[in-house]
Amino acid sequence: MSIVTVQLGQCGNQIGQELFDVITSDTNEAQRYKLSAQGKAYGVCSQERFFHDELTGELSARAVLIDMEPKVITQTMATAAKSGRWKYGDRSFFCQKQGSGNNWANGFCVHGPRHEEAVGDLVRREVERCDRLAGILTLMSVAGGTGSGVGTYITQCLRDTYPHSLILNQLTWPYGTGEVIVQNYNSILTLSHLYQCSDAILVHENDTVHRICAQLMNIKHISFSDVNKVIAHQLGSVLQPAHTQSTCSQYSRNPIGELMATLVCHPEYRLLGLCSIPQMPSSSLAYSTFTWPGLLKHLRQMLISSTKMEEGKQAHLTHTILSDAQHKKLCIDWQVQATAVGQRTADKCSGFNTSMANLLILRGKDVSSADARGFLDPALYSPWLPAEGAFSTWRSAIPFNRYEKSATLVSNSQSLLKPLDHMVGKAWNMFASRAYVHQYTKFGISEEDFLDSFTCLEQVLSSYRHL
Amino acid sequence: MEEGVVNEILQGPLRDVFDSTQLITDVSGSGNNWAVGHKVYGSVYRERITERVRKAMEYCDCLQCFFLIHSMGGGTGSGLGSCVLSLLEEEFPEISRIVTAVYPSAEDDVITSPYNSVLAMRELTERADCVLPVENQSLVDIVNKIRHMASTTKPGSVIKKDGTLISGQGGVTKSEKPFDAMNNIMANLLLNLTSSARFEGSLNMDLNEITMNLVPFPRLHYLVSSLTPLYTLADVNIPTRRLDQMFTDAFSKDHQLIRADPKHSLYLACALMVRGNVQVSDLRRNIERLRPSLPFVSWNQEGWKTGLCSVPPVGHSHSLLALANNTCVKPTFIDLKDRFMKLYKKKAHLHHYLHVEGMEQGYFTEAISSLSSLIEEYSQLDATKRLLIPDASRLSIAT
Repeated sequence: MSIVTVQLGQCGNQIGQELFDVITSDTNEAQRYKLSAQGKAYGVCSQERFFHDELTGELSARAVLIDMEPKVITQTMATAAKSGRWKYGDRSFFCQKQGSGNNWANGFCVHGPRHEEAVGDLVRREVERCDRLAGILTLMSVAGGTGSGVGTYITQCLRDTYPHSLILNQLTWPYGTGEVIVQNYNSILTLSHLYQCSDAILVHENDTVHRICAQLMNIKHISFSDVNKVIAHQLGSVLQPAHTQSTCSQYSRNPIGELMATLVCHPEYRLLGLCSIPQMPSSSLAYSTFTWPGLLKHLRQMLISSTKMEEGKQAHLTHTILSDAQHKKLCIDWQVQATAVGQRTADKCSGFNTSMANLLILRGKDVSSADARGFLDPALYSPWLPAEGAFSTWRSAIPFNRYEKSATLVSNSQSLLKPLDHMVGKAWNMFASRAYVHQYTKFGISEEDFLDSFTCLEQVLSSYRHL
Repeated sequence: MEEGVVNEILQGPLRDVFDSTQLITDVSGSGNNWAVGHKVYGSVYRERITERVRKAMEYCDCLQCFFLIHSMGGGTGSGLGSCVLSLLEEEFPEISRIVTAVYPSAEDDVITSPYNSVLAMRELTERADCVLPVENQSLVDIVNKIRHMASTTKPGSVIKKDGTLISGQGGVTKSEKPFDAMNNIMANLLLNLTSSARFEGSLNMDLNEITMNLVPFPRLHYLVSSLTPLYTLADVNIPTRRLDQMFTDAFSKDHQLIRADPKHSLYLACALMVRGNVQVSDLRRNIERLRPSLPFVSWNQEGWKTGLCSVPPVGHSHSLLALANNTCVKPTFIDLKDRFMKLYKKKAHLHHYLHVEGMEQGYFTEAISSLSSLIEEYSQLDATKRLLIPDASRLSIAT
């Protein structure tokens, strides 16, 4: 089953190109892996999922590139073609001459409807080329005008055109200290609209990824290309073939469907966060070894304390030692322990991250020996879901992107509560003084629309807070 | 409205760049009189100008904005210029109008420049989308600084010959004329402004993004600009420190293109356009470093817009253009108002204006009241500078 990727705006296009790069290089590595039959099956599955064979024998990505100005698309397509291993379809792009000016209203009310048909055609062509559609993945940022505005409109159109297909929106949230001044307005308008029509929203934050680049990967002068590579690595680790629980011997043919079934079981809770370990400079890869227990312990730690990267020292977290012998097995020597269910409310302010559902994806050597039972602790989850139903594991014996062992956790939890709250707070402050609102009203977004968006997101925040 | 300047351009090396159909000239000039420029020439040439503009527009696939470049103190630039502005607003309302206006300094050789400036300002406040004011005195100061730097013979501080803001390298004219150095600075301003639209980069910033991000309220669209570095040293020893120095300089009052001190006034918004081999981490590091010392308005504490263009300007390895919507333009306007009132109270030179057909005293009173209310709006924002405004209370959801 195939995934069609829709890349929107500068951010979406740049990330998309890195994603396909990671996928092709990982697949090429896999096909040279010693378990050659399995490696070959991996390669075939991945290729079918993301590419189709052109008549010339080249791999052409199942992707549509959309931007309102031509520079980024030209650059992206050229970089892809230069790699020699894959390219974008020659006509699979849509661009105009003038951008959206960082204006969500311009993207949503003007550019979106104007170009709806042309974009719809391009997506339809890609979808028709798939034997079976696993789902549509959209890549966009929320701070700009095209990615956020046009992206939201296009997602709505895709929802109308393909009502039975799954739509996964990957969003990149901007740096907290501002890349665009009206980024908070654009973000809240995007999120509130997407909440109605998307199936799941997978979030990456520039701040977090930047810290990963700086502290874990030791990059001195971080460029957007480095940031995009990390995001592509994390996305690739989720989307590349894996054995899900229902198909133990074959690679899953419905990755997006299974992802959604595990993680998004309630329409009010659609925000997904990602963390992936290990992340390190490629030069150190050959000299590092990891063990599954170590990796899984780390990851569980990160989940509970809601950090998205490994840190040597943990922030203060209140902890109660569980006297129950059964729970003692799950104690971690870092002194943060899962609290008993009854004491959950007292720990709300202590930073314990409650999850709705979690998906663990393990790739690499000896993956079948990895013990993920630590994630089945009911204390990690909200009380109205049984832990067995809220957690699943996918495994693949093929190492991903040259990491001998890697573990990725996709979680629907309170980890995005704080950044979202921040974003809504700042937007509300700006709205209170009505700054910049005239720029939006001149394109058709009224103050009522703003208020609706705020209400929707306050509702989401409230739901997550009471998890 | 007089032929000398245009003829000179046509005889110079740029003669092939301009088409004769794009030029409109008259004979006698406007006599430093806004009313003559706006009323007389405005009505005579209105149709011809509209037609020529429309024709030029037809060559464009997609028109993003209009640039209006003129001075405020003269007659044609300010008078006919503001007439053209209102024409563009009427005929093509959806296309943004960005104005680069040269404001007269206190020691200006045109006596009626305060009248012309204030009359034109009213049009700019109401009809332009964004104005970049530039003052001659600041340009003179910057030119002097560069020349001073070039003439000192300190070792290790030799300036690269074509690496200054005023060098005009890459330009075609060889002989230097009086205002050339100052005009070069303004040319560089416009080049850097449009660089992201012309060249590729990792974070593009178009012209319509500038108006979107820097204009929070429709009338407060006056942006203070600064260009750094002014010159490149010939020895390339400490790259990172030079980069950081470039950022620090952008906020110092010596580098602004109007006489203003942004650090001591309130920032409403700020945009940084970087060209050259600068990465996002350098940009972020410098923003973090400079943020505490810059007072931002309470509802826009992180009010930064950033753009990265990969292609550096000629002669430099990187450069920075900082555009700020800052209340430090207020003193400039207050100054202008004072100079206007000095003449207006005595009704000096007023008859030259009132003799022109269609011109009434009402224009003066309306113009000065528009300027006063603009100053008042900036003052109100300034008043909030030291106050700690609490966050607005959020919507509460019934659980």
